[in-house]
This record gives sequence, structure tokens and C-alpha cells, in this order.
Amino acid sequence: MKPFQYTRLSTEDLSLGTTLRDSTILAGGTNLVDLMKYGVEEPDSLADIGKLPYAQIEESDKGLLLGALVTNADTAYHAAVKSTYPVLNKAILAAASSQLRNRATNGGNLLQRTRCYYFYDTTMPCNKREPGTGCAAIKGFNRIHAILGTSASCIATHPSDMCVALAALEAKVHVLRKGETIVIPFDQLHRLPGDQPEKDHNLEPGDLITHIQLPAEGFSEHFEYLKIRDRESYAFALVSVAACLKVSQGKIADIRVALGGVAHKPWKLKEVEKDFFGKEASTENFQSLAEQLIQGAQGFGTNDFKISLVKGAIVRALNNALNPS
Amino acid sequence: MNTNLVHFTLNGEPVEVAIEPWTTLLDYLRYHQKLVGTKKGCDHGQCGACTVLIDGNSVNSCLCLLVSLDGAEITTIEGVATADNLSPEQQIFIEEDAYQCGFCTPGQICSTIAMCNRGEINSEEELKDWMSGNLCRCAAYKNITKAARRIYEES
Amino acid sequence: MLNIGNKQKRVDGPQKVTGKATYAADIASPFYHAYVLQSTIACGSITAIDTSAAEAFEGVKGIFTHKNLPERLKNKVDYTDPLSPPGKPFRPFYNDKILYNGQPIALVVAQTFEQARYASKLIKVTYEEKKFKGSLSDNLKNASADRAPEPASNRGDFKKAFKNSDYTIIREYRQSRNYHNPMEPHATSVEYKSDGSLVVYDKIQGVASSLKYLNGVFGLGADRVQVKSDFVGGAFGSGLRPQYQLFMATLAALELKHNVQMVMTRAQMFSFGYRPEVIHTMKLGCSKDGILKALSHKTVGETSTFEDFNETIVDWSGLLYKCDNVNLEYELTPVQSYTPLDMRAPGGVSGVYALECAIDELAHEAGIDPLEFRRKNYVDYDQNEDKPFTSKELMACYARCEEVFGWKNRKDLSKTEPHLLKGYGMATGSWEALQQPASVSLSMNEEGTFTIKCATADIGTGTYTVMSQIAADKLGVSIEKIKFMLGDTAFPDSPIEGGSWTVSSVGSAVASVCEKFKYRIADIWKRNNPDYQAVAFEDISFQKGKLEYGSKTFAFTEIMQQASKEELSIAHSESPAAGQNTHSGYAHCCVMVEVTVDKDLGIIKVPRLVNVSAAGKIINPKTAENQLLGSMVWGLGMALREEGMVDTRYGRVMNANFAEYHIAVNADIHDIHTEFVEEKDDKVNPLGAKGVGELGIVGLAAAISNAIFDATGKRLRKLPMLLDDVLEA
Repeated sequence: MKPFQYTRLSTEDLSLGTTLRDSTILAGGTNLVDLMKYGVEEPDSLADIGKLPYAQIEESDKGLLLGALVTNADTAYHAAVKSTYPVLNKAILAAASSQLRNRATNGGNLLQRTRCYYFYDTTMPCNKREPGTGCAAIKGFNRIHAILGTSASCIATHPSDMCVALAALEAKVHVLRKGETIVIPFDQLHRLPGDQPEKDHNLEPGDLITHIQLPAEGFSEHFEYLKIRDRESYAFALVSVAACLKVSQGKIADIRVALGGVAHKPWKLKEVEKDFFGKEASTENFQSLAEQLIQGAQGFGTNDFKISLVKGAIVRALNNALNPS
Repeated sequence: MNTNLVHFTLNGEPVEVAIEPWTTLLDYLRYHQKLVGTKKGCDHGQCGACTVLIDGNSVNSCLCLLVSLDGAEITTIEGVATADNLSPEQQIFIEEDAYQCGFCTPGQICSTIAMCNRGEINSEEELKDWMSGNLCRCAAYKNITKAARRIYEES
Repeated sequence: MLNIGNKQKRVDGPQKVTGKATYAADIASPFYHAYVLQSTIACGSITAIDTSAAEAFEGVKGIFTHKNLPERLKNKVDYTDPLSPPGKPFRPFYNDKILYNGQPIALVVAQTFEQARYASKLIKVTYEEKKFKGSLSDNLKNASADRAPEPASNRGDFKKAFKNSDYTIIREYRQSRNYHNPMEPHATSVEYKSDGSLVVYDKIQGVASSLKYLNGVFGLGADRVQVKSDFVGGAFGSGLRPQYQLFMATLAALELKHNVQMVMTRAQMFSFGYRPEVIHTMKLGCSKDGILKALSHKTVGETSTFEDFNETIVDWSGLLYKCDNVNLEYELTPVQSYTPLDMRAPGGVSGVYALECAIDELAHEAGIDPLEFRRKNYVDYDQNEDKPFTSKELMACYARCEEVFGWKNRKDLSKTEPHLLKGYGMATGSWEALQQPASVSLSMNEEGTFTIKCATADIGTGTYTVMSQIAADKLGVSIEKIKFMLGDTAFPDSPIEGGSWTVSSVGSAVASVCEKFKYRIADIWKRNNPDYQAVAFEDISFQKGKLEYGSKTFAFTEIMQQASKEELSIAHSESPAAGQNTHSGYAHCCVMVEVTVDKDLGIIKVPRLVNVSAAGKIINPKTAENQLLGSMVWGLGMALREEGMVDTRYGRVMNANFAEYHIAVNADIHDIHTEFVEEKDDKVNPLGAKGVGELGIVGLAAAISNAIFDATGKRLRKLPMLLDDVLEA
């Protein structure tokens, strides 16, 4: 690791507001320290936010407020998450390993970086790591890469499982910006690569994620998190689907489908979902939704299979959500 | 020298140390404390050989900067047994032959202890998933699962 | 007090569960830490290398590159090791040439590991790149039989027999590259002593190999260097040859006159040997009633540009079934990569994969149950060598596996969720039962504790335990009275730990040295007890640390008081049994698997794996079973998970880590079972034991492939078989 300065932030430091802008934020470190060892990230200074007061989960009638510093494991096993937001519980527990979930924080999970082979290998061209060097994945190994929302400069995916569930739940992210808390809808946190793939998200330097607000509706009756991966545990998703349903007399009252492993951000299209409100909760309609959701999907060779795979996965996830075992 | 002060307890003993901030818990244990029971299998959180307990939770010590562990209670494999006796987890690993080369074993044992502390295992599938963060290239998985199940049931 | 055949707990268990087992990187001395910088191109040369910034970095003690390699390492230096294949072994820093992507090009030695790692990134390297062939497929037209060893002789008339067969198949099977990846990364710790001698703690499957290499390269004989290796954190073949960390740590220690430790990173574990990518072409023909008439197996494998790595692949096809018309071909083609390296069941696992898939395809063509087809073509002698087997209880394996698995009624059991397709497959497996020369020493102390020494290794296989069991039984003492020591060049010679021959070779030597001890102690007893001088050795027994004659007992320790210390220090060298020449020795197994395939999502799972093995006398069923289970998981990994992904544009392994090179995890393993049938063998070696470390992986990938066909009707003729292969087939 490149030598760096380290500051352990206290609540008082935070009110000064300057420290964060010039530093890289350290929380659990499970992704940042990994990237620093590979030389992918080489910050000059780290601001450790571990002692800041964002390590609680608070319940209210508006929903659940997850502190950014609560670990993924503590979140998944929280009684209210298990009972009200089981899709989030399932997504978190499908991710990484028990050790990583014990250390990784909620805020950090949102900001984890892609697993693209070429991003991680500092000897390779990568527009995300080193803008302007090109994308080695487009004509290389891209089995784990995106099929939706790609650009000529980047086909990386966002690797999180938790974020796919949060997208489906339509969570909101609380961000401390210049001393004020702003609220960002989940689908506006991450971005597509476009011609600036180095930017994973829409936060500004100095921003600090403090909480994730879950809405009151948790879809505890009809939900599924389906993760398809190369081994039965401890592997990133090739494709994942968070599916949430509300059904009234066989008709879709609400439907949420978010996809992981297919784009630079969790993939969810509200306008497509809305089209199905009031329609019958049937395999045919789920298939139709799947088609619309992935319209325009494009493979790059070794990831072509994801197009049919994700369709099958969406239908399966929705059927599983509809008929809980 | 660029160092930062950090306090923690290590296997029950309080420690205060000024350390370079890029020192990971794993390197601190192995190089500074000579507690070499904790192994470096990948150094990137991908194998679990470096698993230790922080406040009772299993974590990959290779991804923890020591400076960020101020106030933590750290237990390594060397802190699991008492001076004279193996812990029940260690005894069960021997009885079930839940290893071959032994390199991943300290991490595996720490994971079983954390699994009992957490107490959230409700099925064989969940147990195997919990233990999947500890790779075993000798692939003694059947026996590791047997040992982990016994440890969980007897805890 | 029988230990042999007992489920003895590992004698090194307490060390392993407490973290006190010391592997090569766990030595407590203060070390400088060495870190290797690797090339970022695959072919060409280094035109400039600027180490100034790295040299100036805090804590850096020395930097080594091709620019400052000591002259004495350049001339008349022997870089080979006992397992070097034909060609020129890799010589680190020898010149400016780049032979593969990831080649070590500089070594940074610093006070701490972090300093060395970061300083290595400050080295600026300029290259001149050349075009190259990055993969087997890129360079098939340069494949040649000249570079490969001659396979077993062809027999009969394959062409004619193939033409006259009622059913024929011609198929191609591909295997991707696999990496050993033991959990313990390769490491060497070198202690530099005040007299300039070295103690080298190396990760190696036989300390003699490290010593041979150090002698050849650095001129360090056994008088100046001792190589030790108490514990090895898995190896699976990666430690069969000394790897470059041994060179690096030794070079730095000698030049800096200081203790130096080098531990490879996980990424660097992908920068040396591997199981090579191969392409098999199989042509098989049989008669209407399923009798195998013609068999041709051609394999093309990758090797490096500097060594001709070879393994016994195609010969297995001439061995497993009765067939009188056999054609075997083996070719190699160089790619811009490091040399491949023997990996668990080298050759056998590759050859038998192709054979056992092809046999299944032919059985299907002929409309015969795959188990029945194999029984029809059973062979009870080695047609390649024209020799009988020392023993072969494969028929008993088939029968027992059929019963345990429920093969006959397998389709009746096939109830499952609607989207899951279920399938069943099987294969035969086999592995050599060789014996190598081995030497051991034995001594007894005043407390009656025996110390037995041998330079062998325990790579997790249970050598410490099994040797202690054998000695305890042969000596008639409890196992606590045995201290078996290994992994030290100061100990008597041993074959490298590989080839599943350690029990057979070292175990037989241990048994013999114990016999010698009994004769010796009986002689001393008779010498000092004139009344018993005429007693025949056969009338004496040895139990509980005592010599028994009639109703009288004499403790070993008591007899020892009347002997010199030298008398009770016994050495023994064991030669392979005569049966090793007159007969062919092999262990055998039958494996049956159940798979499910998700017909919409392509996901392949293996809910059930059953292996039944015949491997002679099983010394320790606990450790033997564990070995078998582990190698079965390896078979699953090979079939469904592992693939070294080389981007041929760069010649670079793109998944050189444990997150993307998928070895099986705990959750991948469901119902997995192994057992042994009884097999008596009085020819293979004095113990009648055959090794089991490699047997379980052989055939398993084919069984899974065959089961996937049974489930889906699709033949996925490649490894690994991934969900995309199912969806795209």
C-alpha cells in the first residue's frame, strides 16, 4: 500500500466539514483496503468514520433507518429486517462471506467498486481506473459484465447484492453534504458509465452517507432474492433479481423488480413496473415484464448468455415471490 | 515516522501501540506479535485463513487496518484454548478429522466460534453458507461441516 | 493393540488446531521481507529498468534484477531439480528476456513486507514487446509429437477395427487450465547463520529437491545448508519442484547476509506451474453387443517455450478396458507461459476424463447401460505392459457402488421440483500404486520412546499419523511412544511426497526398520540372558513395549540398559517390492453422481457423490477417507468450477485470485460418500497398501459430464461446465 495519513474522525471533527473533502473515507475497509493492496486505490489520506454516530438501526412508522456504519450482518439479522424486509435479509446473506458481512458496513456496501478483471489489474487498460486508457473487457473476458446501460468506454457492473434489494424496496439514502442532510432516492445514487466511467455514483467529494431509509412497505409476504453465481456461496452474482409483489385477488397491486450483475447500477425501471399494476399475477405477464425490463440488452461475446438467463431469472423470482414455499 | 496510536485488547491483554496506519491486523499479528496461527492465504478477504474474532464476530484480519480497531476486543486462535486444555471446538475438529494440511484450520475454528456467538443458523444450508467464507483446498468440507454442526449444537 | 486399520486421530492434530503447526512462513526469527515484481508483458525484453526510487524508499535493503545478478549464478550453473522436464528450466533474473506475463523481473528486500511491496511499485520498467502465441488454440499448428514422450505402444489394427465396428463415435473434449492453489502460498524463510551457512524453511513436497536446486544454483551442499519443512499447507503438486521463492529468498539472504523471507501473494500463485489446457480427440468403436473393438486417443497439450512438460495422458486409454486395437498419440505445443506442473493425478485425471466421457457416449450409442458396458469390457491384466495386476478389485467396487448409490433403480428415485432436470452418471477411476526406494532411521530412548526419522513430507495427507501407526503396530508399543519426524535434509532420504506413494514407500521402510529393531533387541536379550540363547525369534512376541517369551516379559527399556546406544540406533533402506517389476500396480474406483440442472437457468448442482475404492490395505480409514473425499471435491471443482482464464492478447491470467478463480466452497458439497472394498495384495509392497491421495479425482469430472447428459440430453464436451454452457448448448 502506498503510505498515507490516517485520521480517526470524531463527531466534533465532522462539524468542521473540511476533512472529508480531501480524504478517502474508511469504514469497514473490506473493499477499500483490498483495492489499496492491489494499488487500484492510492489515497494520500484516510478519514476513518468508524467512531461516528451512525451505527444504529432506528425504527419508526416511516420505516426503518439503517445507520451507514451498521454492519451488513447486523442489518440482515435485525429483527425488524427479518420480519418486515425479508428481501433485504436474503440479499445480504447471499452476499460475500460471513466474515465480510460481519465487517462491511451499509454505507460501504453502497460504494463498493466493480469486480471487472481489468479494473482490478493495474497493468491493464481500464477507463474506470485510469480514464482514457480504454476498456480491455469489451473484447476480452466479459462473462461477468453488463448487458444493459453500457457505453463504449465501460461495461462494468455494480457488484452489490444488498443494493439490488434496496433498489427494489425504493430506499432513500441520507447524505451529509456541507453540514446539511440531503435525501437521494436510491435509483439516483448510482449512475451509468457513459463517458465518465470513473464515476460510480452521483455523490460529490466530501459527501458522507449517514443512513439508509427503508420505506414502511417491506413486501414481507411476496418477495424473492434470486442470485445466480458460479458457486453456491461466496461468489459475485452473474445475475441477481430482487422481486417484490403485492397481490390483491390475483392481480398485481404493486411490483418491484431490480436486477444485479447486468449493469453499472442496480437495474430497475419504474415505468415498466407501473404498466403491470392491475394485471394478473401470471407467468405470461412476468415474461412480458422481463422482456420490457431488459429491452435493448446487448452482450459482448462471453456474456451473451446473460440475456436469456436474466429473463428466466426474473420470471422465476417473481413466481417464487408469488408462491412462497 | 507516520504512526497512529491505537488501543485494544488482544487475547485478553490490553495493548497500546503506535503503528503505521497501513499495517493490517493480520500483519500486526504475524510480524509484530509473532502470533502466526493466523494465516495469510490470500491477503484480500477471499479465503478466510486469516479469520479472527473482533468483539466475538469473525472477520478477515487481512482487510482490517489495525488503527481502525481502537477499543476492539481481538481474539486469535492462540486465545481460544486455555493454557492446559484445548477448547471444545478444537477437540471436535480433531475428533472429526476436520482438516488435512491444517493451514485453514485456525480460521475455520474462529468461524465456528463466531457462528455460535451469532446464533442465527437454522438449517444445514445456512451452516454451510456461514462456513463457506473459509476455503479449504484440501476440501475436508464434509468433516468441517460435521464438526461445525456438532460445535453449533453443543454450544 | 492394533493401530493399522484403526481410525486413528491425527497425531499432529493438537498443533494444527491451536495454530502451533509452523509452516514455511511461520518461523519466528527476524526476517527481511522480499517482494517480487512481475513482468506485465508476455514476450520480448526489458529495455530499461529504473530502481532508483525504490532503492530510496524507507526500509529497502536491496533490489535484485537481471542487471545485478551475481556473475557466479550465470556460468555453468545447474538450475534443474529432480523433476525438471526436458528443456531449460526457468532462471530468474538470468537476462533481459521475458518468457511469460507475470515473470519475476525484480526482487525488493525491505525491513517490512509493506515496504517491499510498495517499493516494488516504484520500479520503472520499459519493454520491447514481441508477438506471441498466448494459448493452445492459437498454436495448434505447431503441435508436435517430437516434444512429447512416446505413449504406450499401439496394438492391433485400430483403423480396420474402427471401420468394422457396429457403433462408433468421434469426439473432441477440452479441458481448461487449472491452478493448484494450496491454501498456503509458496514461502521460503532463510536463516543466515554467522558462519554463512543457511537453514532454509521451504514449502516443498520433498526437502531433497530444494537441496538439489540450492546446490546446483548456489553451490550450497548439505554441509552449508539444511532444508526443513515440518508442515506444508497443501501442495497437490505445486511443491513437487522448487518454486522461484526459494531462489529469491536464498539469493537475497546470501547477498545481504541476513535472514530473508519471501511469501508469494495469491496472485503470484498463478505465476508458475498449472495443469495444462489439453484437447483430446477420441475415436471409439464397439460391436453390437457392446464389446470395445477399437480405441484411439490423441491429446494435444500446452507447454512453455523453454521446457517440454509431459504427463501420462493417453496411456490410460490403453489400460482401463479390454481392447485389442488401440492407437495412442500425444503432442505438445509451446505457448507464452510458464511450464505446466504435475497437479493431483497428473495426466490420469485428464486422460480418464476424455476416456470415461467417450465410453459413456459409446455405451449410449449401443443402447447399453453405462455400468453394464464397463463390466462387459473389464480387463484383468495390463495390456499396455502385458503384465498381470498386483490386485484389482474393481468389480467389487462396481457392485458396491451400484448398491450404495441405488444405480439400478435410479430413475425411480427421480422425483424433484418441476424446473429441475435430474441425471445420473458414473465413471471408473484408477491411479498407480507405485513404490519408491526410501530410507529411515530409528532410535529408542531411556523412556522407551522411539524416534523415527525420514526426509519425507506431510502435505496434509497424514504422514505423521500413518507412519506412527505402522511403527506402533510393528514394535508392539502404544502410538504415544512413537515420535515420527520428517521434512529435514538431515534425515534419511525419502522420495518426494507425490504420486500417492508415500505410505507404500516410506511406510514399508518404517515397517522394515521396526522389524530390524525387534531382531536387534532380541539379540541383545539373548546375549545378556544365557538361558535364552537358543530361543527362536519366531517364539518371541513383542507387546506393550515388552519382549515376551512364554510367560516371561522383559521391558525394552530394561534390555536396552545392557546395550550400547549405537546398537539401538538403526537405519534401513527399503527397495521396491519385486512385484513392482513383475506386475502392474493400480488402485481403482467407481464413482457415481447425481446432478440437477435447472432447465431455465442452467444451474448445475451435485446433490450426491458416491465413490467406492479398492486401494489395498487401508492403514488409517479416517485419513484415507478424508483424502478420497477431498479429491472427489477436486473432481467437482475441475468439472464445474475451475478455469485459469488467460487473456491471449496479453498472455495474462485475468482471474489470479480466489474471488474469481473458483475453487469449491463448503456450500458446494452436499451428500458425499466414500468407502473401500476389501482388497488383498501381497505383491504391490510389503504393507499391501496403495495410496489414495489422487484416486478420487480420476473419473469424477467425466461422471458429472455424463450425468449432465443424462439430465439434459446435452453433451458439454469441455471443462469446466458452466451454466452458460448449458444455456447455449
